[in-house]
Amino acid sequence: MNTMIKPKHQRLVLIVVALVALIGAGLLAAYALKNQAAYFYLPSELAAKPPEQGRAVRLGGMVEKGSIRTRPDGVTIDFIVRDDKARVPVRFSGITPDLFVEGSGVVAEGRLEGPTFVADNLLAKHDEKYVPREMKNMSTAEAKAVIAETK
Amino acid sequence: MIAELGLAVLWMAAALAVLQLVAGALALRPATAHLAGVVRPVAILQGVLVACAFAALVSLFLTTDLSVKLVAENSHSAKPFIFKLAGTWGNHEGSMLMWVTIMSLAGGFVALIEKRLREETLIATLAGQAFVSLGFYAFLLLASNPFTRLPEPAPEGAGLNPLLQDIGLAFHPPTLYVGYVGLSIAFSFAVGALVTRDVGPAFARAMRPWVLGAWIFLTLGITAGSYWAYYTLGWGGWWFWDPVENASLMPWLAATALLHSCSVLAARNALRTWTVMLGVVAFSMSMVGTFLVRSGILTSVHAFAVDPTRGTFILALLAIYIGGALLLFGLRANTVTEGARFAVLSRESALVFNNVMLCGILGIVLVGTLYPLLTEAMGVKVSVGPPYFNPVSAVFAIPMMLVMAVGPVLRWREDKGGRITWQVAVPALVSAAALLAVELLFAPINLLPALGLAIAPGLAVASVQPLVGRNLRRTPLPIYGMVLGHLGIAVALFGMASEGAFSTERLAAMNPGDSQQVGPFKVTLQDIGPVAGPNWTALEATVSASYAGGAGTVLHPQARTFANPPGNRTESALLTRWNGQLYAVLGEEGEDGRWQMRFWWKPFVPMIWYGGALVALGGLLALLGRVARDVRRLVAIDKIAFRRERQGR
Repeated sequence: MNTMIKPKHQRLVLIVVALVALIGAGLLAAYALKNQAAYFYLPSELAAKPPEQGRAVRLGGMVEKGSIRTRPDGVTIDFIVRDDKARVPVRFSGITPDLFVEGSGVVAEGRLEGPTFVADNLLAKHDEKYVPREMKNMSTAEAKAVIAETK
Repeated sequence: MIAELGLAVLWMAAALAVLQLVAGALALRPATAHLAGVVRPVAILQGVLVACAFAALVSLFLTTDLSVKLVAENSHSAKPFIFKLAGTWGNHEGSMLMWVTIMSLAGGFVALIEKRLREETLIATLAGQAFVSLGFYAFLLLASNPFTRLPEPAPEGAGLNPLLQDIGLAFHPPTLYVGYVGLSIAFSFAVGALVTRDVGPAFARAMRPWVLGAWIFLTLGITAGSYWAYYTLGWGGWWFWDPVENASLMPWLAATALLHSCSVLAARNALRTWTVMLGVVAFSMSMVGTFLVRSGILTSVHAFAVDPTRGTFILALLAIYIGGALLLFGLRANTVTEGARFAVLSRESALVFNNVMLCGILGIVLVGTLYPLLTEAMGVKVSVGPPYFNPVSAVFAIPMMLVMAVGPVLRWREDKGGRITWQVAVPALVSAAALLAVELLFAPINLLPALGLAIAPGLAVASVQPLVGRNLRRTPLPIYGMVLGHLGIAVALFGMASEGAFSTERLAAMNPGDSQQVGPFKVTLQDIGPVAGPNWTALEATVSASYAGGAGTVLHPQARTFANPPGNRTESALLTRWNGQLYAVLGEEGEDGRWQMRFWWKPFVPMIWYGGALVALGGLLALLGRVARDVRRLVAIDKIAFRRERQGR
């Protein structure tokens, strides 16, 4: 039995295989992105339209002054992330980034559990050249609040 | 003086690139074919001149010439020598100059040694290479001149970002650049072959060493970058699916596919258009990577300067190169004659399958990387992370690894299923046994790590099978290269799966004298004290760790503070055993005087990077084997020519 594909068909088969795989990859990617992309929220957005419980999202805002409390285990902290309209309580277990300080910007990755945002990871400003992307495009009012709080 | 000299030499090199392009293009017409003789020497001279410009910049950094803007902004007289040197390319302008330098040197090298290709195709290739480098010359000279002087010399330099003051930085960017640039050479070969309609085994053999070389460096760059992120970021992770990481992964995926299709074209004269297409895709991915990293569209330690004109410039270059190449491809693809045929069950088919799977993964990563940028343009901010990338890329990676286990034992052109029953059965049994063991001993375990732990041993067995029944002394080096490369993938997969399945973490606030259990380790915080380095001070913890009740080993995790520019960095401490790594991080002092400490025990995690190194070593063996054969062939041709000449007299 000759299993060779006819010359004319071979190129066609290759093209079809490649196209099917790429389209499959594209559809799979689109489907997965719809379910898995983590949306970014400002505190006011989170308060107005909270995401479903347990869904991975990011929360970005200012760490309210005087809000950081360390629990007795010494590694879990509670603090408030705010913008000019809303305040969200956040819990985090771990070593905080070097530039995580009260009155400075932070992006928390995590999920809502009840009214509290439980963060797995905190991204703080690394230095003046490194600002979390989401923090850069805050509206003027938000930026003003940030500057006022930081100074 | 040196700065002005460097700039002048750079302009001359750019002028030579114009000459190389014009003479190369004209030489392809019969009327002006005599210009062909110009192209090679010009390409070589261009490489030498750019190297001089780069040497000038290096010397400016080594002497910390603060009248040069770039040096003043990125260096500091009190930096250790190695970081003054690395500072040359630890910034936007310097890194672009390094890119052009490597590119032109590579082009000069092709001009110097390439003898297999038809002269016409080589001239077209060099013209293509000149075209690509011209874009970068324009970018350097018009939008990112590294030699700009300050009106007044700065009193002191601003220093280098502390995150970048690491020995890894000295080697990481050059490694990746060699990889990217190697792909630009492959791209030029593809363009040259399309222009002269000369896509065949000779083209594949000429292109292959460059693809192999690029691929080796990309592999090393990615492996080293992953380890760098693992030990400097202090998060204990080895891959974050960060856009910057993806920017290096995508060219690697394309280069892996190209490497394999190149082999098919060289050995069997099949997959002609496919190989050319992959050549275009691979270089496109390095340009996309450069765009993502250097345009400032992402903020990270890699985006040195957020300057919109630069992003636009790179985007324009991207559009010109890729658009131009695709146009040429579209016009010429149907003139490339059909390659040799092969059966459904054959090594070619297995390679095609894996090529398609690699492209699928590439598509998944590309979409996931660009999606947040697209949605942000529409005003919605999202981030895409491991919950997307891991399962979705696994959908393509798992079939790929299964076929990868079988492909190397299949025959070219056509094979019979019955012939390879044992070669399929043995690895399959090993994998099944591993899966059973994992489920019985360690359940519950997540699906992906469990599959990884099952596939890895089977793939390892399968990857050495091509050596069975061979005379090991007479086995060509490229075969060993393939075996090691595939084995490396299995080793790395095992490390990844083990890390995912068995890592344990302990986070605690500790007083000196306190102990914690981390996996099989008992760790005790003994002391915390200050230490000082050449340009930093640090708090250093002394931690003793004893494995399963054995004698203690001392670790020193640090929290470093840098002065120029001011900044902090955690310096994790690692204890490596044959069966895994203990990872220790020192955090902050709490209000009650206890110190935050974080530990991980990660069984077999170093195998991820050993695997990466094995893959690169496999590539190196294959490259050596190919080059050695080419050299022997050249020597033989020379001998014959010499003999003929003597007989003629």
